[in-house]
Amino acid sequence: MLLKKMDSRFRGNDRMDVNGDRGMNALTVTYALLFYAAVAVFVLGLAYRVRLYARTPAPFKIPTPPAPITQGGVVLRMAREVCLFESLFKANKWIWLFAMLFHAALVLVLLRHLRYFQEPVWTWVELIQPFGLYAGFVMVVGLAGLWARRFLVERVRYISSPSDHLMLALFVAIGLSGLALKYGERTDVVALKAFALGLVRFDWQPLPAEPFLLVHLALVALLMAIFPFSKLLHAPGVFFSPTRNQVDDARSRRHLARFAAAFDK
Amino acid sequence: MAAPTFTIPALEDDLAIPAIAEGAMAHSKPFVAKPEHQEALGFPGQLVEGWHDKAIAKMGDLLGKSRALRVFLDSCVKCGACTDKCHYFLGTGDPKNMPVARQDLMRQVYRRHFTLAGKFFPGLVGAKDLTKDVLDDWYAYFHQCSQCRRCAVFCPYGIDTAEISMAGREIMDHIGMGQKYSNEIIAKVHKFGNNLGLQEKGLRATLASLEDDMEEATGVKVRIPVNEKGAEVLLVTPSADFFASPHIEGLMGYAKVFHQANISWTVSSYASEAANFALFVGSHEQMHKIALRIRQAALDLGVKRIVFGECGHAWRVAYSFLNTLAGPWDFLDPAYPAPQHICEVTYDLIQKGALSFDKSKNDDKVVTFHDSCNVARGSRMGDMPDGQFRIPREIIKACCNNFVDMREDTIGAKTFCCGGGGGLLTDDLMELRVKGAMPRMQALNEVIKSHGVTHMAAICAICKSQFGTVMPKYGMGMDMIVSVHQLVSNAIRIEPAQATASA
Ligand code: HEM
Ligand code: SF4
Ligand code: SF4
Repeated sequence: MLLKKMDSRFRGNDRMDVNGDRGMNALTVTYALLFYAAVAVFVLGLAYRVRLYARTPAPFKIPTPPAPITQGGVVLRMAREVCLFESLFKANKWIWLFAMLFHAALVLVLLRHLRYFQEPVWTWVELIQPFGLYAGFVMVVGLAGLWARRFLVERVRYISSPSDHLMLALFVAIGLSGLALKYGERTDVVALKAFALGLVRFDWQPLPAEPFLLVHLALVALLMAIFPFSKLLHAPGVFFSPTRNQVDDARSRRHLARFAAAFDK
Repeated sequence: MAAPTFTIPALEDDLAIPAIAEGAMAHSKPFVAKPEHQEALGFPGQLVEGWHDKAIAKMGDLLGKSRALRVFLDSCVKCGACTDKCHYFLGTGDPKNMPVARQDLMRQVYRRHFTLAGKFFPGLVGAKDLTKDVLDDWYAYFHQCSQCRRCAVFCPYGIDTAEISMAGREIMDHIGMGQKYSNEIIAKVHKFGNNLGLQEKGLRATLASLEDDMEEATGVKVRIPVNEKGAEVLLVTPSADFFASPHIEGLMGYAKVFHQANISWTVSSYASEAANFALFVGSHEQMHKIALRIRQAALDLGVKRIVFGECGHAWRVAYSFLNTLAGPWDFLDPAYPAPQHICEVTYDLIQKGALSFDKSKNDDKVVTFHDSCNVARGSRMGDMPDGQFRIPREIIKACCNNFVDMREDTIGAKTFCCGGGGGLLTDDLMELRVKGAMPRMQALNEVIKSHGVTHMAAICAICKSQFGTVMPKYGMGMDMIVSVHQLVSNAIRIEPAQATASA
């Protein structure tokens, strides 16, 4: 309700400077540049990686069972892997549970954040707002479960490197700083939205100088920047995994790759 | 490296996940290939000068050729879902036998040389250079992977450790650190057409004596033709089928099926080997060369169909790769898939009512079925999903009255490897083979106790040889392991030959 009221202030005049007293400053410029840089690294880095995956040939048919025998079957299989973590469910119920809590919550949280970049806000984005809020807690719980395994399960401890802990720390820190914005000192959401919209429209608006907010935003920028260079590549990777995205039709359709074409000469 | 004595794992009531025992299998290394084995395949004879740079260069080359390798090395999140899925980890407790840790042996070097994170923050992301110690780890642990793909089924991204260990072996071959067992055998196939070095004369003599044995036992002359031009079917079978039990009994089964169905067939002395060991060492060039022998034999003999005998890795290469490697098969009869598995042939004939069985001939047995890893997870049979699991079982049930399956999480797509696949079926790896067989032995022991199982059938030459060797170590008889077509051979009703087109 409060939100609606605040959002309505943008409708008539979205250029209105709601924080007229603060004005443009070095902080705003720093964060604006930080975000442009982070987004650039994220988008270009990811595009480079995806291009690399797409261009590297898959020499043989190597789908794992139960392998679909049609392209439609592959689409369904991929949907089950991405939305339900089907294979992980077969493997380990605890990891599955925590992974599901974390990722599902992450999706909701990300969707909830869309409202900062829209004017007017889409109806469905408004509808999920209350769920998105709980999702913040759920996300942290899921992360805590995954992190606990890295200490408690001997085998998982053995395979964890510092970066695996830091990655979880980063997500937890983003989650907690985000929750602090909501439940700690209340942030000036209106000003924040103006800042976000300003970034999108290349018409910078001042950023409220609140410590938790600055931490939250800096960590998100960091996350975007490391995404294309870290294990977060599992997100695009799963779609390119030959054991999961191939049709099981090796006998009926000749699978050819560059290397095999050379054999035919 | 004398084979150390070791304790044979006890078979517990449940398959427990072991506590990790660092370095428990660090000593397990197969014999390194001698210069003559290496050079026969065009690889350097021994560890080359500047091996480090050459290994990294080869790795870069492979990364550019295999999407799987690239995606798998990038994508692992260290979730740990695969850590308890490998039979070698379950049997040894060595943490480097956890699939993700095995991959990490390569991933650490990949990160160091091919990723920004590993170049700038090696300690943070666990990146390491390829030192001699790391290379030794590669040799030890890439030869403790039977490339069975069980881990790949459970990984949320389908990361297949087999692809990594194949690439690792390919890199090591290129710097002169190949494995004796596999490379020696590959050279034999190039020279003789089979893994055993069996030549045409010997082959003919062996098969003639088999024909005599069958005639003596059944009173019917069942033929095993060699190099017969114009036969309808070329049978390509593992060379073990020509000389050792229980493989031979399987071959007799195929012969009786062809005989009774009145299908003319032949084996080829030129392509007298179904197995393609080049798969194990990850060499596409060698795999291609071996596969071409089959194409050549099919063309020379003018056959219309190609049928593979019971052999797991062979069937993976046949079903999944042969079309790519040696196709197109447009000169064969399009009414049949190319190639076909002998189980598909037998199953189709059973469906058509062309075969009949006296099941009571197998009444002395309670049979279970071991899904061979490469059939289960690297191929399929028939035209339905999961045919590779259903078809062999349907055949067994058609010729046996007593059939029981083992525990659900140890069969089908989740089957355990026998412990000897992927180029590890060699005496210099005996400790690994015995310990790696433990999960299968444990599941078998359960049905022995609960259902009085007396025999385990398999459709893979490696499985059969491996079980024949390791079962006695677990207090089971080596004759418990049988060929599926041995059961067929026991029960099938055969009649004297009708007039056939090709004599
Ligand atoms: C296609 C979409 C995605 C799929 C299918 C997917 C799937 C998974 C799975 C199955 C795991 C392993 C279980 C676990 O440890 O949680 C995992 C881990 C992880 N995912 Fe994702 N994910 C996706 C997208 C993302 C995105 C977009 C992010 C972050 C922005 C992310 C962050 C993480 C992190 C940090 C971990 C590691 C957790 C740990 O250290 O234990 N994922 N993901
Ligand atoms: S492929 Fe098989 S042997 Fe190799 S790591 Fe995976 S489960 Fe173990
Ligand atoms: S299951 Fe897959 S992602 Fe998880 S640790 Fe194993 S290889 Fe890595």
